[in-house]
Amino acid sequence: MTETAYNFAYLDEQTKRMIRRAILKGVAIPGYQVPFASREMPMPYGWGTGGVQVTAACLTPADTLKVIDQGADDTTNAVSIRKFFQRTAQVAVTEHTEEASLIQTRHRIPETPLAEGQILVYQVPIPEPLRFLEPRETETRKMHALEEYGLMHVKLYEDIAHNGEISTAYAYPVQVEGRYVMDPSPIPKFDNPRLESAAVQLFGAGREQRIYAIPPYTQVVSLDFEDYPFEASKADHPCDLCGCATSYLDEVIVDDAGGRMFVCSDTDFCSTRRAEGHRGRLSGEDLAEELA
Amino acid sequence: MTPLLQVKGVTKRYGARLGCGDVSFDLWPGEVMGIVGESGSGKSTLLSCLAGHLSPDAGEVIFDTRAEGPRDVLTMSEPARRMLGRTDWAFVHQNPRDGLRMGVSAGANVGERLMAVGARHYGQIREQAVDWLGRVEIAADRVDDRPRAFSGGMQQRLQIARNLVTGPRLVFMDEPTGGLDVSVQARLLDLLRGLVREMGLSAIIVTHDLAVVRLLADRLMVMKGGHVVETGLTDQVLDDPQHGYTQLLVSSVLQV
Repeated sequence: MTETAYNFAYLDEQTKRMIRRAILKGVAIPGYQVPFASREMPMPYGWGTGGVQVTAACLTPADTLKVIDQGADDTTNAVSIRKFFQRTAQVAVTEHTEEASLIQTRHRIPETPLAEGQILVYQVPIPEPLRFLEPRETETRKMHALEEYGLMHVKLYEDIAHNGEISTAYAYPVQVEGRYVMDPSPIPKFDNPRLESAAVQLFGAGREQRIYAIPPYTQVVSLDFEDYPFEASKADHPCDLCGCATSYLDEVIVDDAGGRMFVCSDTDFCSTRRAEGHRGRLSGEDLAEELA
Repeated sequence: MTPLLQVKGVTKRYGARLGCGDVSFDLWPGEVMGIVGESGSGKSTLLSCLAGHLSPDAGEVIFDTRAEGPRDVLTMSEPARRMLGRTDWAFVHQNPRDGLRMGVSAGANVGERLMAVGARHYGQIREQAVDWLGRVEIAADRVDDRPRAFSGGMQQRLQIARNLVTGPRLVFMDEPTGGLDVSVQARLLDLLRGLVREMGLSAIIVTHDLAVVRLLADRLMVMKGGHVVETGLTDQVLDDPQHGYTQLLVSSVLQV
């Protein structure tokens, strides 16, 4: 079968209509998990089937697509999804956050602030924030409906009781517009403050068949205790390549003698800064010597 | 004085079979009511109907709410009834596993009800949790252990602490001492009696153990085949049973 035998962006138009209806409902009720009839996609669950379906429903031929995985443009998941839409939708692709009209992401929000008109699509493994506390879906839906969210704090209580601080570092629960408690997908809690954004944020969970959304400029509050307030934490280092002290960092083991380096997890942000002349501890020639 | 709970003609059928039929009584503030009867006599069905876990086919259950006075809980909206369930009401299950969250620590179990009604200060929640564990005789150093690591009697006491932490006015207990050995039962009963008197709780206790009602209950209702066959003060019913079934029940108690 040739690639032109596919409909634009792989999914048929009726499916895309169904997904768009779910997206519109999600945008109308921020943070509410809208059920949708998730399709089987030509990739395994866990690879972003939910995000891919949302992206497919939103793409137009004029769009410029960027795909990131843990902030990086060049990892397996990002490359395969980008290639998938290049082949099935022939859309332009980019690695630059500012140039993209639609960004599909896994586990990160780009460092560069998003602008109006951009769409950020998240891949979500488990959309239900209460799942590990209350396994019954019937019960969690009732709790969402009746706004009974005391249980969410039980998890944070357990964190403090066992670790002395709120040790939840990713998928940190938030309350959207004072109503629905939402799992922001496994983004680090460092990214939580940037959930209040100018861009449309859409969340797709393929296996769990749920879509939810945060419209632009929506209030998003990270849950916490009065005496243990929310803190957006990151590794206490500057980036070793670009020297940025405020970006979210990955820790990379560079030898078997305890050597390590910290680099921006957002590869586009880091390379843009290096192109502008910023330098970190191990950038350029220093790095080559270190590794030699 | 208005009764805390007025039950009028509560009937629940399971198809053609009768769960409980036309049960009416008043429960006054500070009063403990015992419901006894053999297995299948409808006492647990009645308790579930009163606590809002089952919806009866007929009847009214009128609770004297703090804010709005007497209201029929059966016609209340579900959010209001669930709110009542975690503030003014408490339900102690026979099996503590049904009433506890087994995956989180004892402190979180007690704190859950506080957080459910809006407590958002970790230090205060923990302080109250430790205080309540002390009141049910669980050592403070067990506060971060999961209920799984507790003995059956401790789990039951933890369940009671979890239920009483929000200061309820009405406690439903379904066989609270079932499945515990006699010495643990005795301690639990002692503890319950102390808490009920100290907090001025009203309680409805379903049991088949006459010793439990003798110790705890002010008033007694005897059920058989879904109907109330005898009712009266506990000592009066137990010492001078009138109905044939009650006489059988009282004479069936094993003497040591």
